[in-house]
Amino acid sequence: MKAALKVLGVPLPACWLAPRAALPAAVLALLGLVPVYAAATGDPFALTLFGRIEILSIAAISLNLIMGYGGMASFGHAAYLGIGGYAVGILWKEGITSGFVQWPAAIAVSALFALVVGALSLRTRGVYFIMITLAFAQMVYYVTQGLDRYGGDDGMTIGSRSGFAGLVDLNNATQLYYLCFALLLASLVLVSRVVNSRFGLVIQGARSNERRMRAIGISTFRYKLVCFVIAGALCGLSGALLANHTNFISPAMMYWTRSGDLMVMVILGGLGSLFGPVLGTVTYLLLEEALSRVTEYPGLFLGPGLLLVAIFLNGGIESLFGARRRE
Amino acid sequence: MSEPLLQVAGLTKRFGGVIAAEAIALAIPAGECHAVIGPNGAGKTTLVGLLAGEIAPERGSIRFDGRDITALAVPGRSQLGLARSFQITSLFADFTALDNVALAVQAHDGHSFRFLTDARRDAALREPARAALEAIGLGSRADARVDKLSHGEQRQLEIAVALATKPRLLLLDEPMAGLGSDESARMVAMLRRLKGSLTMVLIEHDMATVFALADRITVLVYGRVIASGDPAAVRADAAVREAYLGEQDARHG
Ligand SMILES: Nc1ncnc2c1ncn2[C@@H]1O[C@H](COP(=O)(O)OP(=O)(O)OP(=O)(O)O)[C@@H](O)[C@H]1O
Ligand SMILES: [Mg+2]
Repeated sequence: MKAALKVLGVPLPACWLAPRAALPAAVLALLGLVPVYAAATGDPFALTLFGRIEILSIAAISLNLIMGYGGMASFGHAAYLGIGGYAVGILWKEGITSGFVQWPAAIAVSALFALVVGALSLRTRGVYFIMITLAFAQMVYYVTQGLDRYGGDDGMTIGSRSGFAGLVDLNNATQLYYLCFALLLASLVLVSRVVNSRFGLVIQGARSNERRMRAIGISTFRYKLVCFVIAGALCGLSGALLANHTNFISPAMMYWTRSGDLMVMVILGGLGSLFGPVLGTVTYLLLEEALSRVTEYPGLFLGPGLLLVAIFLNGGIESLFGARRRE
Repeated sequence: MSEPLLQVAGLTKRFGGVIAAEAIALAIPAGECHAVIGPNGAGKTTLVGLLAGEIAPERGSIRFDGRDITALAVPGRSQLGLARSFQITSLFADFTALDNVALAVQAHDGHSFRFLTDARRDAALREPARAALEAIGLGSRADARVDKLSHGEQRQLEIAVALATKPRLLLLDEPMAGLGSDESARMVAMLRRLKGSLTMVLIEHDMATVFALADRITVLVYGRVIASGDPAAVRADAAVREAYLGEQDARHG
């Protein structure tokens, strides 16, 4: 392609050719245009599907921060989706409907939970780390099952969406969609800043070579813990969005298979690439949607199938487009 | 100046039945280049690990700059000015050469809880890192990923990373291992330049290098110090000749 352009003598700046910039830009532009499409066709389903894609993209971005950049393969990340969602649902049930209270609460409780899980798990490695994070997530799952006041095992319908004092009206599907879109963009900007900061280099260094990290004089635990908390908080926000999007919370939000789905999305998109989680989530949820029209159990084929694809690609979808990772 | 920069007493470490360090005593004054030699498996790397804090001794004490650091962990010792290079290269393999050095600079430039500014555009990190790479002859390879560097370049980068932490004591575990003769010569020249400004513990097999660089030499065999002193004395030591040098001379001679 570069050669072809040279032949044509078109002096394009190199970045215009770089798929690593072009693909994210195209995907984000398409996501931004979904409400236009929905309005033109009068079909609100696209808004629902792509709104969900945006929300879970944020969750995947947060998981990628710890798993892709930090090498911390948390197998309990859906717990934060659930905690964020339940914070919104429980506060609503107790009569607090302001988003200015609900959302900070969702973020704060998720951050606190991440602090506890991280403090207890980050000194372990490999399969122990995976098991501890999984155990904590399952614990939250069973606790919410026992919350009879909030629907117990069946879950609970949330009667009204978070209120933002007229600033945005989440009952308007388009406004809710664009809020999710804006938060997705904000998450991308945040993570791109964080991973390239001094803090981010410590996190990536700890993933790359913990022994070398210590030898140059950095004890990585505190940094990893803070990273874990940031990811938990961001995923909690995603959970608050999800509760608003579906008007529903249930323990199933954080069942271990949901954590597995998030991992598949991240690995599928390409570990440690900024935009990979979005690509992974888009691919995963669109395939799930398509498969659900032909089979009753899309998950049965989707997870394992996509994981194989990711392993086969060895670097995720992003690598198909020649993007260099972790930079 | 009373106390040596590094003072080690009674340092002992066993791995199962293997004695890797047995009551090792060392006193290294500031500015000295102190070579540690000994046959394979003598416990040289173990000694570096004990000094760097990676291996906990069973007995004995380590004092650095007048302070007991026996219980201090690796990062803490690095912060005090103790740096090491690894016998088997240990770098951030998926980082560029410059990023490797810059992270070492960063590690000694206050805490790293800075979240939003681009560390790769931070002159306070990049400039010293670039200078360290230039000094070691890797300037032109700054932006190459470490896993794309040659073995020799990686060995040089090990030293650049260690130097970037502005150490007062540099522990070098066979820095010349696996280098070609040109690369070796360049490394020796570089160490010679560092000599005097930096205290060094140099583990090295090549006797010509050792005798060219060292102010004093300690000979380890089976974890024990069998001789320690200035090069001429060590060269003349009967036990050393028998246990080690004689063997080498015979092999090379
Ligand atoms: N982690 C370990 N576990 C068990 N044994 C070990 C360990 N590290 C070293 N040893 C043993 O301790 C002894 C000293 O090893 P060490 O690596 O310190 O020797 P060395 O002098 O550095 O050798 P070389 O010249 O080959 O680098 C050897 O017998 C080695 O097998
Ligand atoms: Mg060794």
